[in-house]
Amino acid sequence: MEKPTIDSQGHTGLSRRSFVNSVATGAAAEAAVLTLPGAAAQTGTKPPQDGEMVAVVLQINGRTHSMNVEPRWTLQYVLRDRLGLMATKDGCERGECGACTVLIDGISRYSCLTLAVEAAGCQITTVEGLMNGEQLGTVQQAFIEEDAFQCGYCTPGQVVSVEALLRKTPEPTFEQIREGVSGNLCRCGAYNHIFRAAQRAAELRKVGRG
Amino acid sequence: MPRIDGYERVSGTAVFPLDVILPNMLYGAILRCPHAHATVKAVDTAKAREMPGVHAVLTDADPEAQIGWFSRPGSAGSGSPALSRLFDPHCRFEGEEVAAVAADSPQQAWDAVRAIRVEYEVLPFVSDMEAALKPGAPDVQEGGNRMGNPRETKRGDVEKGFAEADVVLEETYRTSCDIHTCVEAHGSVVQWDGDRLTVWDTNQGPFPIQAALAGALRMPLSKVRVISSYMGGGFGSKLNLGKYSVIAALMARKAARPVKLFLTREETFLAVGNRPAHIMKLKAGVKKDGTLTALQLTGVGEMGAYPAATAVGYQVGDLYKCPNVRIEETMAYINAGPNRAFRAPGFPQCSWALEQMMDALAEKIGMDPVDLRLKNISTVCQMDNNKPYTSTGLRECLSEGARAFNWKESRSRPKGEGPWVRGVGVAGGMWGSQNGPPATVIVKLYADGSANLNMGAADLGTGTKTVMAMIVAEELGVPMDRIQVENADTGNTQFTSQSGGSKTVYVDSPAVRAAALEVKSSLLDMAAAQLKVPAADLNFKDGEILAETGTQRLALRDLRQLQMQQAVVGVAVRGPVQSDKVVRPFVTHFAEVEVNTRTGEVRVVRMLAAHDSGRVMNLLTYRNQVFGGFIMGLGLATMERRILDPVTGKMANANWHDYKIPTAKDVPAQMTVLPIDLHDTECNTTGTKGIGEPAMIPSAAAIANAFYHATGVRITAAPITPSQVLTLLAERKTKG
Ligand code: FES
Ligand code: FES
Repeated sequence: MEKPTIDSQGHTGLSRRSFVNSVATGAAAEAAVLTLPGAAAQTGTKPPQDGEMVAVVLQINGRTHSMNVEPRWTLQYVLRDRLGLMATKDGCERGECGACTVLIDGISRYSCLTLAVEAAGCQITTVEGLMNGEQLGTVQQAFIEEDAFQCGYCTPGQVVSVEALLRKTPEPTFEQIREGVSGNLCRCGAYNHIFRAAQRAAELRKVGRG
Repeated sequence: MPRIDGYERVSGTAVFPLDVILPNMLYGAILRCPHAHATVKAVDTAKAREMPGVHAVLTDADPEAQIGWFSRPGSAGSGSPALSRLFDPHCRFEGEEVAAVAADSPQQAWDAVRAIRVEYEVLPFVSDMEAALKPGAPDVQEGGNRMGNPRETKRGDVEKGFAEADVVLEETYRTSCDIHTCVEAHGSVVQWDGDRLTVWDTNQGPFPIQAALAGALRMPLSKVRVISSYMGGGFGSKLNLGKYSVIAALMARKAARPVKLFLTREETFLAVGNRPAHIMKLKAGVKKDGTLTALQLTGVGEMGAYPAATAVGYQVGDLYKCPNVRIEETMAYINAGPNRAFRAPGFPQCSWALEQMMDALAEKIGMDPVDLRLKNISTVCQMDNNKPYTSTGLRECLSEGARAFNWKESRSRPKGEGPWVRGVGVAGGMWGSQNGPPATVIVKLYADGSANLNMGAADLGTGTKTVMAMIVAEELGVPMDRIQVENADTGNTQFTSQSGGSKTVYVDSPAVRAAALEVKSSLLDMAAAQLKVPAADLNFKDGEILAETGTQRLALRDLRQLQMQQAVVGVAVRGPVQSDKVVRPFVTHFAEVEVNTRTGEVRVVRMLAAHDSGRVMNLLTYRNQVFGGFIMGLGLATMERRILDPVTGKMANANWHDYKIPTAKDVPAQMTVLPIDLHDTECNTTGTKGIGEPAMIPSAAAIANAFYHATGVRITAAPITPSQVLTLLAERKTKG
């Protein structure tokens, strides 16, 4: 599975182009300054002062959120503490556990290692976005059927990783499933049931596709 | 049976304490001592107080922060002065609390923490138990680094036993210090309403937290409400009140606003417990026919900077029949975070030593390791006056497990030419302590036939709520989807002790059953009055009252008294059980490993866990828990280890990149659970004995034995890391 690749400046694998575009959208909307040194150099504006906010537009689960953020705020912090989308969990805030996994343009990423300004302009999907109203998505359904969790704290992240896997690989092998959730730690050790749930979800989707 | 709270957990609607956000809430952060041993000379918070968003700063200079912490060994609750306090200037381990801040945002709180200037006097430290016990080591606590006198347990005469043996072996085994690392970090959200304190806290049972918090803040129990209906993993590390809860409460009072204070991942590695490292010297004697004649264990445990003893000897004294036993245990203070209970405290360590020793003995006398264990089964508790066990499933775990694992055949299969070689191993075990009752449970049946179960127990992810609801369903015939469970809230559920020691189902399920039975008997009394027949002739089944003769039926909606009072309540209190028998779960784990003799990699490819934990209430959650326990044991065996830097005494791997825990890629592809149910009617009224801890007890030892079978090299120090494997394989080559 693809996890954010981090370069030496701490950026995720989002392309520079999409990043600059997203910031530019924000700048147009609220005439705010640009955010990261690289981007600032390209446009000649000065980086924001401590605590200064910049405007971003975030596309989360199909809704548009226009908001001001501090450049240092992570996507995880914005989702949880600013928007109250608590299904995205917080296990480490340092890219180790995967509890904060979300889809960004369909690819699973750690939201704690993604700055909100970087995610602007991308399609962000959280566990809330995998549901149809109150109805569970196929992966969630499979997780219940196979009892693929214990405490449940790593679970939303696992669900998102399995979702990302199945979107790319609808009929994964056992090794592909292992690989697909290998960026998500589960201290309760529910892995075996998570593998079963991924297989079950693949079946459910196959039936769904007809 | 899928869990009744599955929807909440997979949809993200379950509100864990870390997810609680209150209006006007502040975020707290703690400044911790960066040194292994230091005295705080001065704390300058002037700059922090002026920073944007900061609303409260708390240090040892605040009179309300003078709260004692860590009691002297054996003096808990005696009123004798504590060993330390909330922000004690004498910091005995890296990560001790020095000051705290509450601010509008977490970023502001951390900015302010970083702006606090602290002057430390750095002191000499000791970070290794053997060094700590040597003369001249820096004292971690006054009076030296040995906690009290060694604890000794004795029966028979070990010297006589060794003399009678045909084979005597002696070996020193070591286990490392392991960290719980629950995925939800430790922390609380606190709110004051006048003199009432409400705390959303992630713990293993809110009642002891409520009591400790009320004690620390000198408040009546009735004014402290602790809510922990969901929690993200504990494994023993969330049985205790954390300083963070008290600090949050004091800052919330200062700022007159709610405060959320959760630890960062790094802090959880330093300050909220661990499984202490142990050195276990074990000597064992056996006759040629496999009869054990003597066992002698000398254990030293690495306690950390404050008293928290973990004993490892129990299984040596109780698992196998042995007339001559001597166990001596010591705990040593070092300058590092104190230990806490960690899934089956002491037991996996003991298994690591005892079960590898059994393996070595079997080899020496040319006996199959399964047969050697079968030869030495005891049906009485040798550690408790030879009282009989209510049931002893060890024999069945071993023999049926061996059959299901295909032990004999797997054992004789070729090991491979390399670089990958394979082997299989076995280890037995038992869980030796059961936290007891009391527990109070309320079951309420509504006029429409739906039911409410009100219990204090937390659900750690073990499926407790589901299992308890199943008991109500079983007794009252109410469908599962019409049962609502309220739990783990001191404000509106009933007292029970914490979930720890695999006691929840064992202790609380009989209380649930009794409460449901009380509801039933009240219903029958009402029906008897209405139908004018003796209650003894009536039965309640599937939502209807039936007369014994089968001719008279009464639906709940026609039961006049119930419709008038709208609900029937059954209350059950389970008091301490006095019994002349002993309840013990038993277990045997089998493992198959592959070892790469070129790279030192170890892969566990297959496991089977045979468990006698009494009746299996819910196979789905049971299996999950057993696998989870085995995997935690796999972590202990092959990767987990706290590393303290010898130069600075600081933890070198306080994060999940450097401290490895098992991931999806480390778990065996083939995992099997074999429940052994001997229909124990004496352990309690539900026939259950507890599964949480037994699930992890022998797994590490089974892996170590499989490693030996594969390579012919005995690894006595956990974890079995590739570098250790390569060193030992190379040594064997040179020695020939
Ligand atoms: S919270 Fe993002 S990886 Fe752990
Ligand atoms: S279910 Fe508890 S950490 Fe995965």
